[in-house]
Amino acid sequence: MTQISSLEERFLQIIDADEKIEPKDWMPEEYRKTLIRQISQHAHSEIVGMLPEGNWITRAPSLKRKLALLAKVQDEAGHGLYLYSACETLGIDRSTLLDQLHTGKAKYSSIFNYPTLTWADMGAIGWLVDGAAIMNQVPLCRCSYGPYARAMVRVCKEESFHQRQGYEIMTVLCKGSAEQKALAQDALNRWWWPSLMMFGPNDADSTHSEWSMRWKIKRFSNDELRQRFVDMTVPQAELIGLTIPDPDLKFNSDKNGYDFGPINWDEFWEVVKGNGPCNEERLKARIDAHEKGQWVREAAAAYALKQQQKSTISKIA
Amino acid sequence: MELNRKKFILQWADNSMILGQRLSEWCGHGPVLEQDIALTNIALDLIGEARYLYQLLASEEGTSEDDYPFLRKESEFYNLLLVEQPNEDWAYTMIRQVIFDHFHYYFLSEVMKCADSQLADIAAKSVKEVRYHLKFSSEWVIRLGDGTVESNQRMQKAVDDMAKFAAEPYLPSEADVWMQDFQQGPDLNNLKAIADKALYEIIEEAKLQWPDQQTIRKGGKEGRHSEHMGYLLATMQYMQRAYPGLDW
Repeated sequence: MTQISSLEERFLQIIDADEKIEPKDWMPEEYRKTLIRQISQHAHSEIVGMLPEGNWITRAPSLKRKLALLAKVQDEAGHGLYLYSACETLGIDRSTLLDQLHTGKAKYSSIFNYPTLTWADMGAIGWLVDGAAIMNQVPLCRCSYGPYARAMVRVCKEESFHQRQGYEIMTVLCKGSAEQKALAQDALNRWWWPSLMMFGPNDADSTHSEWSMRWKIKRFSNDELRQRFVDMTVPQAELIGLTIPDPDLKFNSDKNGYDFGPINWDEFWEVVKGNGPCNEERLKARIDAHEKGQWVREAAAAYALKQQQKSTISKIA
Repeated sequence: MELNRKKFILQWADNSMILGQRLSEWCGHGPVLEQDIALTNIALDLIGEARYLYQLLASEEGTSEDDYPFLRKESEFYNLLLVEQPNEDWAYTMIRQVIFDHFHYYFLSEVMKCADSQLADIAAKSVKEVRYHLKFSSEWVIRLGDGTVESNQRMQKAVDDMAKFAAEPYLPSEADVWMQDFQQGPDLNNLKAIADKALYEIIEEAKLQWPDQQTIRKGGKEGRHSEHMGYLLATMQYMQRAYPGLDW
């Protein structure tokens, strides 16, 4: 008992000194579980997040856009890889994590359960979804768990590039024909509220927040980050002549930020529960890829084993 | 511009463009995350290579690079039938790739030495990437051919089905002959001997059989495609057809 409490004391000292917890350090079981939940959810979000944008790769309108979108979706796969690796340092392997995704035990960001209906959605996702992701993720670069924090440094650099790229797509649409501008406005209308939901429930209703803050996994509350996102994004929309679909949106000079209308949390919880417009399709696409890849993975493993045996035999001989 | 030169450039560019388009369909659906990333890299390289060539044509003809992939009709594409074939599964994708990479690598190695310095430069740039593609697809063919019983059977079926597309790259079109005669372009007969020998070695190492009796499917270089091509273009050209004349 005393041993545990002294370990815990040491653990909290590291946290309080803003130093990093590393994989071999002692950590409370709840800290480990929280991190596995959060990092794997994040990794799954990157992988599932490839699907809505992947939906437009084959239809991208120009060579430049096609190459940029392919590279972007590939970056997301790369983020998934770093994050699965960071998660594996906590003593869980990738195949278990994938099983958790496929059985619905693990979640991924609900935003990816919305459909990408037009090319403008590639702009809106980059601008809003990656923009919201950055707000959430920049503080994670200082997260107390070393491997996660280091992975996030790389992820954030790329996300910020994606966000600029998305905004640029929207800018070009807004400078284009009336039809193009209408596509941009329609995409903003559909992605605005789901983007605000990406920060999670209001602080009062957030279940995991308290300990996450104490352990410096999380540094700012959901509502704080959401407010920052709104304050950053509204002027960007105005700059290119788009209207945020919120009649209650108003600048409040007292708080030097925007007041905005109520979020439809019923919709949020419905999507979390699996009833969003694309939940089934997204999960099915991931499960299909995994199942159709089964023989490939088995063959690769069998071949590697044969090679290993050959080299052992040749060493003995 | 000399028509044969333009046709030669389009044959080359369209191969890379259409295969890049096919490979990009895998993005997000690969059997392993690492291979998803690797295949997307190859797609990026191929579309990048096609883009250099379309840019060259655009600069010479006063058009836009996007006119070539997005505004031509099916019969105006001159790619091989091989590259437009559907992905089917990882086995077909790898066999299609290994056949194409063998042609592509040795083809570029020759174009690098041709008298047309603009084409030679693009070939020299691309061949470095294509050497990696060839290594990647060869390794996967060996790994899967010599993996499990199931993987061997799947690969053999893919070889049996795709072999009929393997000869077309080496059947010279008028443009190929012109390039060879007037620009020291590749001698396709010679190329076939070298590339096929290398390919058959990979097939053998993979414990697969190359079929003896083969039908040959051809026509791509003359703009006569398989039925798959129209659907590929319907997807690829959707935006430019639905919203003509706009910038994106």
